[in-house]
Amino acid sequence: MSTALDTSMLTLITFIPLAGALLLLLFPRRDRDIRLFALVVSLLDFVLSLHLPVHFQRGQAGFQYEVNNLWVTNPNIHYHMGVDGVSMWLVVLTTFLTPLCVLISWKSIHERVKEFFILLLVLQTALIGVFVALDLFLFYFFWEATLIPMALLIGIYGHERRVYAAVKFFLYTMVASMFMLAAILWLYAKTGTFDFVSIQAAIRNGQVENFTGAAPWLFLGFFVAFAVKVPVFPFHTWLPDAHVEAPTAGSVLLAGVLLKMGTYGMLRFNLGLFPEQSRSNASWIMVLALIGIVYGALVAMVQPNMKKLIAYSSISHLGFVVLGIFSFTQTGLDGATYVMLAHGVSTGALFMLAGILYERRHTYEIAEFGGLATPMPVYATFFLFIVLASVGLPLLNGFIGEFLVLSGAFRDRAVYGILGATGVIWSACYLLWMYQRVFYGKVTDSVNLALPDLSGRERAALWPAAAVALVMGVAPLLWLNAIDPAVQSVLAPFAQLASKMVGR
Amino acid sequence: MSSANDIAQVIPQAADYVRILPEIVLAIFGMVVMVLDPLMDERRSQRMLGIIALVGALAALVATLFQSQYPGLGFWNMVRVDSFSVFFHFLIAAVTAVVILASYEYMEVQKIRAGEYYALVLFGALGMSLMSSAVELVLIFIALEISSISTYILAGFRRRAAISSESSVKYFLLGSFATAFFLYGVALMFGATGSTSITVIGDALRSERIPILAYVGVAFMFVGLGFKVAAAPFHVWTPDVYEGAPSPVVGFMSTAPKAAVFAVLLRIMFEADAPGRLWLIWVVAALSMTLGNIGALVQDNVKRLLAYSSIAHAGYLLVAFAALPNNGIPAAMFYTASYAAMNVGAFAVISHIGGEGERFVTLEDYEGLGRRSPLLAAILTIFLLSLIGIPITGGFFAKFYVFSAALQANLVGLVIIGVLNSAVASYYYLRLIVVMYMREAREEVPVSPIPLGLGAALAISVAATIYLGVLPGRVLDYAARTAAEWAR
Repeated sequence: MSTALDTSMLTLITFIPLAGALLLLLFPRRDRDIRLFALVVSLLDFVLSLHLPVHFQRGQAGFQYEVNNLWVTNPNIHYHMGVDGVSMWLVVLTTFLTPLCVLISWKSIHERVKEFFILLLVLQTALIGVFVALDLFLFYFFWEATLIPMALLIGIYGHERRVYAAVKFFLYTMVASMFMLAAILWLYAKTGTFDFVSIQAAIRNGQVENFTGAAPWLFLGFFVAFAVKVPVFPFHTWLPDAHVEAPTAGSVLLAGVLLKMGTYGMLRFNLGLFPEQSRSNASWIMVLALIGIVYGALVAMVQPNMKKLIAYSSISHLGFVVLGIFSFTQTGLDGATYVMLAHGVSTGALFMLAGILYERRHTYEIAEFGGLATPMPVYATFFLFIVLASVGLPLLNGFIGEFLVLSGAFRDRAVYGILGATGVIWSACYLLWMYQRVFYGKVTDSVNLALPDLSGRERAALWPAAAVALVMGVAPLLWLNAIDPAVQSVLAPFAQLASKMVGR
Repeated sequence: MSSANDIAQVIPQAADYVRILPEIVLAIFGMVVMVLDPLMDERRSQRMLGIIALVGALAALVATLFQSQYPGLGFWNMVRVDSFSVFFHFLIAAVTAVVILASYEYMEVQKIRAGEYYALVLFGALGMSLMSSAVELVLIFIALEISSISTYILAGFRRRAAISSESSVKYFLLGSFATAFFLYGVALMFGATGSTSITVIGDALRSERIPILAYVGVAFMFVGLGFKVAAAPFHVWTPDVYEGAPSPVVGFMSTAPKAAVFAVLLRIMFEADAPGRLWLIWVVAALSMTLGNIGALVQDNVKRLLAYSSIAHAGYLLVAFAALPNNGIPAAMFYTASYAAMNVGAFAVISHIGGEGERFVTLEDYEGLGRRSPLLAAILTIFLLSLIGIPITGGFFAKFYVFSAALQANLVGLVIIGVLNSAVASYYYLRLIVVMYMREAREEVPVSPIPLGLGAALAISVAATIYLGVLPGRVLDYAARTAAEWAR
């Protein structure tokens, strides 16, 4: 194995989109070239990112492809990157979705095309950076860096109330991450390092002074930042606005990747740094997650707007992830990670499908449609496939994750499992009902009769998503055998905690 | 024999002159500009005098670099060249150069005869430089006066605009008041300790019994200097003065004199380590951050908005003072530098967009700037993001160092106030970004192409902002040397 390639791999994957964006700055305003170039860059990044799972040492805990260089001496900031089984797949998810976003924005973005693709590529760099950063400072840096391109994507290319949605999105997440910054600074002041691994070791060995007093607050500081991002009920109100107003590519990345930053953060930092506090706070977090699952589903049910419906369904699905994470069981965490990936693919695809319809009719109102299966049979098939994947039909990707989460939650406490399981039923209700209203029956509006079916480009964007949804449902081990050891090492201190409690 | 010694004691040596070399350079160039101004044809003089002034500022930069090789005391222990003074000299000279570059076009557009203007900028820079190296209170006072009087006049330089004269008079009256406070403090200090030398005062204050007069003296000096840096509750003049003064001048006086006054404050506060000092600074810092940010929320005039923002930033900076002497000194120095970079740049953009008579300074005038002039909008966005404190800009590390220094000094309450304030602040900076990018363009506001001088000024400011945001290490390490040099 060539180590030089391995250590520079993450840097390459992270910064190739940024380099592409900088090159785009120099491009003349010929929209076709710009689109093509963005596609090539994002595809190149995807191919490179496949290096990670291919050469990943499965069954091995700890971080791989690590790179650790000194960046700033004072404060002691390192350029420390690395991935474990969880973050590796999230990186691949990001690089997988970005080319699809480029494809889906091909025609729908016709003004200020150059700026759009620059923002998209910058956003990609920031997103990947969040998942690979192992230095808390670097993590915070990328975390905040995702905000600006996303807010601009919503605010410039969105629909009518875009400015409101963009500002709300920005302020919500900005304010919340301030608390995380304060917690990071506290940790730095006491340990003298931002390095995740060193801080974790220092906490476990009890070398941090005043830690027991401050830990509950530190836990909350991190948790609030992540909870807003996920979003956990009751911090969710920015999400429907942001989604409804965002352009399709923005929604895809928002639901597909940005929300996972929150759940990833909980898994990595809340559980990784503060196991005891995670344990003691788990009960109310689980309750919030359950409320999120049921509430999100119920609200989704009554939405007249297709995109809003999908947005609320995200709240519901992300509730499963939180439920799985705070069950502290192997299956629960495996499942949570799997739901993150599956939700990224299927909800990303749902937003693409909604966007395709919007391009044709300029509305997301479900009532405007009906009987679309007649004029758009291929589209209807794709839609059904993705809806079934999202609902959690066995053999498709949604099922595996939700099943694992629920069995983990059952093991933790049966009532959590039972309540969570209703969420699966709800999601079948609202998604299938929406599908029925849009696609079945007679064509109610004659405008809809003339709608063209999917073009080659749109199919090219949907096929990969559909294929991955199927493979993830049939061969989950491909993913899980990398996720498993990572989750085990997260859970190791919890086993000690449990034995300590039994020992008492 | 003894007479020769006496003469040697009253005649400055070559080393003494090296210790004030940048000031000498600035004075010479300032006078050259003054003398040449009436001799030259008015149309040609603009450009020529500007270039001379620019060369003067750059020569001061070079002189500072030269001077940094010869650290030590000079002029009978009245000035001290150390890495601290070199840092601020460099900063002030650089800001001066950028301001002069940004003023070329402004002076032409506003049809202002510029000879005196450039001379005053150089004289102001002289006073500020001297403030950062003086270690004797009377000399500090004189330097403060040189710098203040230049800025009073500069604030009124749009002679045809009533608002500019108002700004100048207001600034002058309140500023004189503040200087009087400072002088009063100096007198009390002299009464209490029998000296005006900062080091002697410091030694006296470290002795066991501290006369009560000394407390009052420090408080008075703090009030006077607090006025100059626009810290609440001494901030009321700021919005009016900033609104009326010419934009490049605002860029100048919100950064360079502030940096100089903060340098003086750092020297005084470091030595005058009196109890009660902490709470004084604590309250003023918390007030400045809060009042500044809340005031900025409702502003529709961009210059007033940035005026309130500068009050808030003075507050953030004072947080570092509260954390003295731990890591407060380098944090404060870094903050002044990065604040200078972003604020000078922001005002350069504002002065360009303002147009003749500075007509276009409301938020509405910035609508759709992202479409009309993508480059200017992008540059202003970088500065605004830095003012918010977003990573990879200097503003981020500046806030970061300040807050972490405060945390190490266990000022958790102040840090919480500061962090909440930066969250509030992001709203009004963001408002400007939103207006630029997410509103339809207003055609009646013309945007002319960026001229060479302004382009250079903006390039320098952007480069400095990003540099401080990506590789803050070298600047901070340099600033940290001060703490080591001062520790005794």
